[in-house]
Amino acid sequence: MIIQYFIPHEPFAGMQQLFNQWYLIIAAFAMILGIGNLLKIHSGRISRKTSGWGYSIVLLTGLTVMLISGLGWGIERGTFFFYLFWNLHIPMASTMFALLAFFVASASYRAFRARTIEATLLLIAAIVVMLSRVPLGGYIWSKIPFAGDWIMSYPNMAGQRAIMIGIALGTVSTSLRIILGIERTYLGGGK
Amino acid sequence: MFSNFLPVEEKKRSLGCLFPLTRFFIFLKVYKVKRFIPLFLFLLVIAYGANQLQAQIEILPPAPVTEVTVMDKPNDNGESIIVRWKKSLDDGAGSFSVKEYEILRSVEKDGVYNIITTSPAGSEEYIDGNTIDGKDYYYIVRTTDGVNFIDSEPTEAVRSSAQWFHRGRINMLVAAVLLSTFVLWFIRRAQRGEELYIRPIAGLKAVDEAVGRATEMGKPILFIPGIQDMDNIQTIAGIIILGRVARKAAEYEASLLVPTARSIVMTTARETVKEAFTDAGRPDLFDPDKIRYLTDAQFGYAAGVDGIMIRERPAAVFFMGAFYAESLILAETGHSVGAIQIAGTAMPAQLPFFVTACDYTLIGEEFFAASAYLSKESRLLGSLKGQDLGKAIFIGILILGSVLATLGIGWLTTLLTVGQ
Repeated sequence: MIIQYFIPHEPFAGMQQLFNQWYLIIAAFAMILGIGNLLKIHSGRISRKTSGWGYSIVLLTGLTVMLISGLGWGIERGTFFFYLFWNLHIPMASTMFALLAFFVASASYRAFRARTIEATLLLIAAIVVMLSRVPLGGYIWSKIPFAGDWIMSYPNMAGQRAIMIGIALGTVSTSLRIILGIERTYLGGGK
Repeated sequence: MFSNFLPVEEKKRSLGCLFPLTRFFIFLKVYKVKRFIPLFLFLLVIAYGANQLQAQIEILPPAPVTEVTVMDKPNDNGESIIVRWKKSLDDGAGSFSVKEYEILRSVEKDGVYNIITTSPAGSEEYIDGNTIDGKDYYYIVRTTDGVNFIDSEPTEAVRSSAQWFHRGRINMLVAAVLLSTFVLWFIRRAQRGEELYIRPIAGLKAVDEAVGRATEMGKPILFIPGIQDMDNIQTIAGIIILGRVARKAAEYEASLLVPTARSIVMTTARETVKEAFTDAGRPDLFDPDKIRYLTDAQFGYAAGVDGIMIRERPAAVFFMGAFYAESLILAETGHSVGAIQIAGTAMPAQLPFFVTACDYTLIGEEFFAASAYLSKESRLLGSLKGQDLGKAIFIGILILGSVLATLGIGWLTTLLTVGQ
């Protein structure tokens, strides 16, 4: 993969795409492991009637129904699988996503306390940026949207870029350790 | 119409069956406008002439393009040719009549040219990605206003070919080789027994504290290795840290739960934790069912992990890997159950959420340094020093480049620009 970045000639040019395809095929087969694990865990809960075993029945029923309907009648628009996906899965995922609004509010309430100078600066910057994103900010003072954009474009961007540079260096170092076999913990190899 | 301007007697005569032309002549006679007839005739001639000129102009094509050049697209896998031209004088100027450019191609200079594409007005380049390497091609750029057109001269022969090296990325190669050299050099120095100082990182020093807390409270440790698969370097780094944490959990006899969002991550995590428990001399404590797969779906996984947190009430939660929008959902739920939380990720957009909701956060490269830091192994610590030296050099280049760019000197920016 490193070589194909520097050598555009065949056979290196198509290697990334080829390896990605192989990976997708392997990941699809690995799904069988995941499904097997789910069946084992939840059928064990049902048989032992541990706390919450009713939810395990719901999970296994949903897994079976989606699997059979998808394999039997397809997953295109108009099929039963698509109906369940569109009317059950997507609303449930959207519900979880919507929880973020409340979690952001609670986290902000905890975090934005003016205990130190840095925290006070953070609080002021957060207020300016929040006001710049709604029409109210412009009504309060016409320069607030500009101030919010400036905070996001300059100090915030500078900090993000510094973090990304560090991440890039860390990625290279970690990759080098893995490629050279110095780090083998993730293989279960230990030292 | 003219009857309104005539005296009453004339009006009466003009009404009825008088033709408009007759009325017009009566108007001329009554108001002595005969002397303006030559002027009217002159204006008529002028209008006619302008109309004819307009018609002549409309059948003239726009000005042709100039300076048409063709070349093999550099640094690619072949089968591409770049056609460039200077746009027509009537494109955005002149008569503003250019509608588009048509690119024609032939395999013989005097052969039949076929249109292969059209390019909108204002464009000055087209990349033909449908060529056969080693074959001669000739191009013509046709300027058209939708009705008329004019062709450029056919270009000279051009062939596409693949290159063996991407010259636009030489700077990246040099940087990668330099950084790798630094890392290997310091690994070598560490292997020779040299003491290397690594600054203390609060989040990593707290790992022992977190595991100890879980043991004292008799509650499990929850480790979340992100929601990406093993092809992501952050997941690999997270699994490496899992190995270290699992070893400590085995030593302290604490329970370790690892819910995963990918099947391959589940199997890898199982092997890692099993090996860590074996290394710690406690293979009997390893329970494979505690490392399990939940779901690939992002928010389904978040819901599942939240459920585990609410039910199991872990004393310590580790978020180590790649996270997206579910990060705050997980971190806030962990906070609500009173767990000590240590997070590490290389996703800049999620770092603020973890910093807000967690007790300790490993930011960016600290996350990648965690495995070396926790292991205290000399070779791994050496790689950190090499990484730091590379970072110091890059900071120097950044400062120099910023100063030069401010002064309007751009050679360093050009030198460091990576070709696509």
